[in-house]
Amino acid sequence: MNVVSKIEAAAPAAAVEAPAERMRRVVAVAVEHGDAVDREGRFPAETVEALKRERLLSVAIPAEYGGEGLGTAAVADLIAQLAQACGSSAMIYAMHQIKTSSFVMHGTGSEWHRAYMRRIAAEQLLMASATTEAGIGGNLRNSICAIEVEDGRFRLTKEAIVISYGNYADAILATARRAPDAASSDQIMVVIPNDANRTIDRTVVWDTLGMRGTCSDGFHLEAVGNAAQIFPKPFSEIAAQSMLASSHIYWAATWFGIAADAFNRAQAFVKAAARKQTDGTLPPGALRLAEAAAKLQEMKGHLMAAIHRFDAAQVDAARGDDAALSSIGFAAEINALKVAASEKAGEVVRIALLVNGILGYKNGTPFSVGRHLRDTASAPVMISNDRILSNTATLLLMSRFDTSLGG
Amino acid sequence: MIDRIRTLLSGHPMIPLDFSALSDDANLYDAGLTSFASVQMMLALEEEFDVEFPEAMLTRRTFASLANIAEAVSQITRKAA
Ligand SMILES: Cc1cc2nc3c(=O)[nH]c(=O)nc-3n(C[C@H](O)[C@H](O)[C@H](O)COP(=O)(O)OP(=O)(O)OC[C@H]3O[C@@H](n4cnc5c(N)ncnc54)[C@H](O)[C@@H]3O)c2cc1C
Repeated sequence: MNVVSKIEAAAPAAAVEAPAERMRRVVAVAVEHGDAVDREGRFPAETVEALKRERLLSVAIPAEYGGEGLGTAAVADLIAQLAQACGSSAMIYAMHQIKTSSFVMHGTGSEWHRAYMRRIAAEQLLMASATTEAGIGGNLRNSICAIEVEDGRFRLTKEAIVISYGNYADAILATARRAPDAASSDQIMVVIPNDANRTIDRTVVWDTLGMRGTCSDGFHLEAVGNAAQIFPKPFSEIAAQSMLASSHIYWAATWFGIAADAFNRAQAFVKAAARKQTDGTLPPGALRLAEAAAKLQEMKGHLMAAIHRFDAAQVDAARGDDAALSSIGFAAEINALKVAASEKAGEVVRIALLVNGILGYKNGTPFSVGRHLRDTASAPVMISNDRILSNTATLLLMSRFDTSLGG
Repeated sequence: MIDRIRTLLSGHPMIPLDFSALSDDANLYDAGLTSFASVQMMLALEEEFDVEFPEAMLTRRTFASLANIAEAVSQITRKAA
């Protein structure tokens, strides 16, 4: 970030406008650069710059720390809005919000984390995540690497084989075992700012089918620092109480937004075809469109129910009752959201492709859905659906399906 | 009760925690208990005490320490009696 944009980012004037209004301007930037970001597999620097300029990186941080205190639904809406323009940008924004939720829910008990939250808001800092490790894959509740703490200082080395926008983030939140002799699931999470105390050397290049702009390269990560940078809560608690739910909700919001844009393109195609239809009959794609609308509606319903349940559980937890947040049934439901949303997004896009035909298959037409198809193809592998289903299979041994419709 | 639970869980191959080093109130999640291991724990306890945990008790808190587990098991057995 250059000096000028830093000053712009610090200007409070933008904050009086509604976040959705500010995001509209970011979307315009993302639309302009989306295809180039995808084609070149480059970081969407213009879009992230715009997010900072519009002060959208701190919307979920409580007002007392300089943010706007937005809840899950409002943040998910912003993500879905951006996803309709650029899937990679939206996924970056989603991952930043997931990390933010760890600060908001698990960092307020530590002076270091409270101060850093203020910095995120004041300087519009972008947070990234390093859970995935060579030899562990997507099994994020296990680590091989261990943090070493001595005399109030820590030292950590991690083979982080996937860190989205690792080269562009202002800080990376990394998981590790609590100590060299700790069990693999006895983990902590530590904030590693992009400063002289850390080095990251790229070991793997992200050249992928989709989500190309996330630049999720692999890195050899080495860091030292103040032990106070370690979150005051164990990672088991962070994962169970905020990260699992916020990840699956914000990822699903991203995929929903991408699918919704593919749907909009198919709808525009069908409308254009209907206008040419002089005998009053509907064009053949209209039926498929109705099918896609039903699937999109399913995604939306599932997502809204999960957000509602998460928000209600958070309100309880804030009052000191974390039974809902830590219930096994809730974890199973949130896992189901990830699997269902990731599959459905691909289905909606594939229907849109069928509707739009060759104009959908080609790049660079108003009806193109190639990027949507490739971006949503990442959804089932972003923590393998099979891994998640097998975790849920275990959870279902100890929870019953909640059949209540809320009456 | 706690000793019986400690012995039961110590011998369980799917629960890789060193229960002999953990106090009654030590947080098992902090010690590395995963959701998979907590399910194994629940199944072993149901088998040993011939009980079934009701839905309302199936939270992380119930399995967070040996003391919590003992409290939960005695609550269920009291109700059953
Ligand atoms: C767009 C994108 C961005 C990402 N960004 C980040 C990031 O910023 N930071 C980060 O740390 N990670 C990131 N990841 C990595 C992600 O979190 C997972 O680690 C990654 O998707 C690998 O998960 P996995 O479980 O499929 O892999 P592995 O655990 O290596 O599994 C490989 C394959 O084995 C099979 N498999 C493994 N375990 C099971 C099981 N228990 N049951 C059934 N089948 C199984 C599956 O078929 C799976 O595909 C990102 C991934 C994507 C796609």
